[in-house]
Amino acid sequence: MFRFILSRLLQAIPVLLIVITATFFLVRAAPGGPFSAEKAVPPEVIKALEAQYHLDQPMWQQYVGYLNDLAHGDFGPSFRYPGRTVNELIAGGLPITAELALYAMLVAIIIGVCAGVFAALKPNTPQDYIPMSAAMLGICMPSFLMGPLLVLIFGIGLEWVPVSGWGDLPGDKILPSITLGAGYAAFLARLSRGGMLEVMSQDYIRTARAKGLPERVVVLKHGLRGGLIPVIAFLGPAFAGLLSGSFVVETIFQIPGLGRFYVQAAFNRDYTMILGTTVFFATLIVLFNLLSDIVAVWINPKLRHQLREGH
Amino acid sequence: MPLLEVDNLTTHFHTREGVVQAVDGISFSVDRGETLAIVGESGSGKSVACYSLLKLIPQPPGEIVAGRALFEGKDLLQADKKTLQQIRGNDIAIIFQDPMTCLNPYLTVGEQLIEPLIYHHSSSRKEATQRAIEILGEVGIVEPEKRINSYPHEFSGGMRQRVMIAMALITEPKLLICDEPTTALDVTIQAQILDLVKALQLKRNIAVIFISHDLAVVAGVADKVAVMKDGLIVEQGSVDDIFYNTQHEYTKKLLASIPEGAKPGASSPGTFNPDASSIENKPLLSINGLKTHFHDYSGGWLKRNQKVIKAVDDVSLSIQPGEILGLVGESGSGKSTLGRSILQLVPVTSGSVIFDGTDLTQLSSAQMKPMRRRMQMIFQDPYASLNPRMTVFDTLAEPLLYHGLATRKTVTEQVLALMDDVGLARSAIRKYPHEFSGGQRQRIAVGRAIATKPELVIADEPVSALDVTIQAQILDLILTLVDKHHLTMLFISHDLSVVRYIADRIAVMHHGKLVETGSTESLFSAPQHEYTQKLLSAIPVADPARERERQMTLTKLIPESTSEI
Amino acid sequence: MDQPQVAAPATGGPLNGTSKNALFPRLLRQLRAQTLMYYLYTLVLRAVLSCTHEKITIFKGTMMSKHVTLKNGIEPAEEGTSLWQDAWFRLRQNTFALCGLGVILFLCIVALLTPFIAPYGYEQQNLLLGAAPPSAEHWLGTDIFGRDMLTRIMYGSRVSLMVGFIATSVALVIGVLWGTIAGYAGGRVDAVMMRLVDILYALPFMIFIVLLMVVFGRNILLLFLAIGAVEWLTMARIVRGQVLSLRRQEFVEAAVSLGLSRWTIIRRHLIPNTLGPVIVYTTLTIPSVMLLEAFLSFLGLGIQPPQSSWGLLISYGVETMEEYPWLLLFPGLTLSITLFALNFLGDGLRDALDPRASKN
Repeated sequence: MFRFILSRLLQAIPVLLIVITATFFLVRAAPGGPFSAEKAVPPEVIKALEAQYHLDQPMWQQYVGYLNDLAHGDFGPSFRYPGRTVNELIAGGLPITAELALYAMLVAIIIGVCAGVFAALKPNTPQDYIPMSAAMLGICMPSFLMGPLLVLIFGIGLEWVPVSGWGDLPGDKILPSITLGAGYAAFLARLSRGGMLEVMSQDYIRTARAKGLPERVVVLKHGLRGGLIPVIAFLGPAFAGLLSGSFVVETIFQIPGLGRFYVQAAFNRDYTMILGTTVFFATLIVLFNLLSDIVAVWINPKLRHQLREGH
Repeated sequence: MPLLEVDNLTTHFHTREGVVQAVDGISFSVDRGETLAIVGESGSGKSVACYSLLKLIPQPPGEIVAGRALFEGKDLLQADKKTLQQIRGNDIAIIFQDPMTCLNPYLTVGEQLIEPLIYHHSSSRKEATQRAIEILGEVGIVEPEKRINSYPHEFSGGMRQRVMIAMALITEPKLLICDEPTTALDVTIQAQILDLVKALQLKRNIAVIFISHDLAVVAGVADKVAVMKDGLIVEQGSVDDIFYNTQHEYTKKLLASIPEGAKPGASSPGTFNPDASSIENKPLLSINGLKTHFHDYSGGWLKRNQKVIKAVDDVSLSIQPGEILGLVGESGSGKSTLGRSILQLVPVTSGSVIFDGTDLTQLSSAQMKPMRRRMQMIFQDPYASLNPRMTVFDTLAEPLLYHGLATRKTVTEQVLALMDDVGLARSAIRKYPHEFSGGQRQRIAVGRAIATKPELVIADEPVSALDVTIQAQILDLILTLVDKHHLTMLFISHDLSVVRYIADRIAVMHHGKLVETGSTESLFSAPQHEYTQKLLSAIPVADPARERERQMTLTKLIPESTSEI
Repeated sequence: MDQPQVAAPATGGPLNGTSKNALFPRLLRQLRAQTLMYYLYTLVLRAVLSCTHEKITIFKGTMMSKHVTLKNGIEPAEEGTSLWQDAWFRLRQNTFALCGLGVILFLCIVALLTPFIAPYGYEQQNLLLGAAPPSAEHWLGTDIFGRDMLTRIMYGSRVSLMVGFIATSVALVIGVLWGTIAGYAGGRVDAVMMRLVDILYALPFMIFIVLLMVVFGRNILLLFLAIGAVEWLTMARIVRGQVLSLRRQEFVEAAVSLGLSRWTIIRRHLIPNTLGPVIVYTTLTIPSVMLLEAFLSFLGLGIQPPQSSWGLLISYGVETMEEYPWLLLFPGLTLSITLFALNFLGDGLRDALDPRASKN
C-alpha cells in the first residue's frame, strides 16, 4: 500500500510538470502583455516593469527561474496587484473556496448517495422514479441556471436567505453550497443507483439473504461497499468539477474566493496569478485523484491483493 | 411427518412475453437424514422451486402463485418476513452453484462465516470466530486460523465451495439445499465435495435437497429422485426405481442421453492401430515439443520480471487421418491453449506444428490463409462463438465467399445444403443467433466449421455448455459429419464419458504436459499414469449400485486432507 | 392572426428604425416564418409518430428486396429480427426517449433553417421597445435592446447544437480510433496508449480550456477542438474496453481461424458490435459538451456578442433577472429541455441496446 501511494505520488510529478510547462508557455504565447491594457504608460516605465518581473529575460531563463521559485513554494508576485504576491492572494481566497467546496461535496455525497441507494432498493417504483426524476432535473439544470433561480425564489421572492456574500450574514453559505453541490448530488445519485442495482443483483447478495440476515444488514454491509465503488472512482473528477464550478458560483454570489480570482486573473492576463492558481488547482486535483484512488484500493480487497502481488 | 412437505408449489414469472409458469404445481417431501435429488435440464424450474421455498426469487418479476410448504408444521409460503429470516440460514441453508460469485468479494471469509451465528444464535464475535475456525477445519481447509482472514478471491474454486458448505452448516441447519454444488468444479474436486456433503449429512442427520442436471452425480448421492421438466415433476421415486425401473418417457430419454461406453460403430479396431500407426501411416498433424507460454502483464508493463504461465509445456503428439483424438484435462490444464496453438490462434513459444508436411509455426499470416481453409475450430460457448449481428446466412456464407468456394450465385444453395447437413431448418436462414436455442446455435457453429470442407477440425468443449439431451444430439451430429466428410478431429473436453463416447484415442493433459496417450478402451481399462487413474476413478456413473461400490473405493484413493489451496 | 397588426403600430414608432413602410414586409416575413415553423413542427411530430409504427415494415421491406430468391420446393424463409430491430422495438416502448428524439430532431431542423424562418434578424434592435414581456409579436419577449428573444434563442441553438455535434464528433473520431487501436493491438502498445490516457485524465482540463479561451481569444473553432480534446478520453476507454472484450469472444477467434484479414474482422465483426455503447455514449456526450459551452459563454469566455448562444443569453438574463425574469427563463428553459431530451434519449438508448435488458 505504501509503495502504491509512493509510486502514484511519483507519477504525479510528470503530470504536474506538464501542467506547469503547458500553462507557462501558453500564457507567454498569448498576444498582448499584462501591461498593454494600461494606456499612456511611457515605454521606459514598461521596460522597468518588465525588468522588475524578469520579462526581459529569454523565455527559457524565465521558465527555469519560475520552476526554481516554485520548488521553494514561491508563486511570485502578482502583476495586477502590485505589492502583493500570488501566495498571499491564494492564501486569502483558499479558505473560502475550500469551505465552499467542502460543503458542496457534503451536499453532493449525502443527498446523492442516499437518494441513489434509496432508489435502487425498489427499482421501477415511485421510490425510484421520484428521486431519479429529481436527479435528472439536477443534471439538466446547470449551476449557472440553478443559482440565479434559487436566488430568485429563496433570496428575492421568499427572502429566506441572503442573496450574496460569504460569511457576512447568517445563512449566506446555504445557497452557494447547494448550487455548487446539486449537480454532483444528481450525478452521484445516478451513479450510486446504478452501482447498487448492479450489486444487489449479484449472487452473493442472494447468499446473504439465504443466510437469514435482516434486509438492513444485507444492504448496508453486503451491498453498499460494492455499490459505492463507482461513486468513489467519481469523487476525484467530481472534485475537479467542483473547483471549476466554483468559478461560476463565486461569480454569481460575489464570493471573494479563488475561483473568482482565477477568472479575473485570466481576463487581466495576470501571468503569475494565472500560473500560480493553475498550478495550485492542478496540484489539488492530482492529489484528490490520488486520494480517491487510494480509497478505491482500500475498499476493494481484490485490488489490494493485486497490488501486493504486483510488487 | 416429513421434515419438509411441499404441496402444489406454483411460481410464475411475469416477463415481457407474458407469464412464464416456471414451477407449475409440484409436490415433494424430504425427511431427516434423507437426500432428495431434483433432476432436470436448464429451464426446468428446479432451482426456482427451491428458491421459492425461502422466497429468494426476485419479486417481481417472480410470483409465488399457490402452494403450501410445511416445514416442521409451519407453512413457509405464508410465513411473514421475520419468521422467514429466522428460518433462512438457521433451519434451512443453501449451497449455491457458483462459488466464484456467491461469496462477497469485499468481506473476509471469516466475517461471512460468523454472520449466521451472530444473527441466529446471538453468539459473540469471539465464540463465532472460534466455531468458524472449527468448521473450516472440518470441511478440509488447511490452517483455518490463518485462512479465516483471507478474502474469497484468495481461494480456488473447490476451496470456495468448501467455504460455502461451512457457511451453510455453521448453524447446524435441519435442511440443506444444494443447488448444483459441483457443476462449476472439476471432476476430481467434484468427487471430493460430494463426499464431503455426504459425510457431513450422515454425521448430522440432516435432510438434503440436491438439485442437479447430472444424473450420474445424482445416482451417487440421492435416496429419492424427482425428475422435472417444464415446471412439472414428471416422475419421482427412490433412486433405484428411477434408474432401474424407469416409467416416464422423459426420464428414459435423459438416461439414454448419457454418453456411456465406447464410440458407436467403433467395433472395428483394425481401422487404425494407434500404437503402431506412427510408423506405417503418415500423420495428418504432428506436434513436436510444442510450448506456449504467456506473460502476465497485470503487474505493470514496465516490470520485466513478470510471471510466465506455461500453458502448454513441451507437448508432442500426432493425429492420423480420419482419427478422432480426444484431449482430456481439467480446467487450467492447457488443453484449450493446445488447440489454439495448433491453429496458430495464439503465438507459439517454441516447437513445431506440422500439418500435412508443412510447419505452421514458420508460416506468415498470408501463407497461413490457404491453410486455414483446411483446418477449422468449433468453440465451446455457442452464445459467444456467433457474431450476434450476423444472420445464419451471413455466418455460413462468410467462409465460403472469403475462400472463393462459392460464387454469389451458388452461395445460397451451398448455405442451404450446409444447413441440411447440420440439421437446421432451411426456413431459418435469415434469423439471427439470439433467436436460436443453445443446441441450434451449436449446429450453426458446426456448420461454419465444416463449410470450407476442412481436413482437420478442432472441437473445443463443443457440448459442455449444453443440456444432456442436446449434448447427445450434437455428439451424434459430429460423429455423422466426421464419417460423411472424412474429417480428422481433435476433440477437447473435460468430460471423460463424452470423450470415451466419441474418441478413437485419448490424450490426457495435466498442468500443461501430456501425461498419457492411448487408445480409448485401453486407457479406460488400464490407465497407466497416476493422474489418469485419479481422473477415471472420480467420474460418477449413472448407476446407483455401481456408484455405491465406487464410493467405497474412492474414499480410499483420495486422502482426507488436501493440500489444494 | 390579426393581433400582430394591431399590436405593431402601438409598439413600433418612427424612431425605432422600422418605418411603417417596412412594417408590412416584416410582418409578412414573420407570419410566413411562424406558419413555416408550425408546419415543420407538425411534420417532425408526424414523422416521429409514423416512424414508431412504420419503421419496422419499411426496414423489413428493404431487407426483403435484398433477398436471394429461394428456389421452388423450399419452404419460405422466416424473417429474423436483428439486435438493432430488437433495440428499436424496446426504444419504442420508452415514451421519454421517443419524446427526447422528437425534441432533438425538431431543434436540429429549426437550427438548420433559422436564417430563413427566424422572425427577426439577430442583431435587429428596437431600443424604444426595450425589454418587453412576451407578446403576440415577440413570442418570448425582447431583451433590453429590444431584440427578439425567440430569434436570439434560435440563433443560439445553432451555436449550441453545432458545438454539441462537432465537438462530440471530434471526440468520437479520436476516441474510437485510439480505443480500437489500443484494444486491438493489445499487450505493450495498449499499455502505453492507455497510460497516456490516464495521465491526460489527471490534467485539469476545465482550467486549461478557460485558459485557452482567454489566451487565444474566444475562437469558436478552438472551442470545438478544446472540448473535443477533453471528451475523447472517456470515449477511448469505452471503445477499448469493448474491443478488448470482443477480441476475447469466440466469434472473433472463429473469424481469425477462418483466415479473415484483420481489416475484414474489424469491419465485419468488431465495429458492428462496438456501435451500441458508442452510440449511447455519444448521445450522452452531446449534452455535457453543450453544457460546457454554455458554462464558458456564461463566464464570458465562449461565444462573443453580438452572436448569441444559450449560455450567453442566460448570463445576460441573470444580470437583469429581477426586472425581466423572462430573459433568464426562456433561454434557461430551452437549454434545460434540450439537455433533458438528450439525456432521456441516451438513457433510453442505453436500456434498448443493453443485451441484458432483453432477457427480462
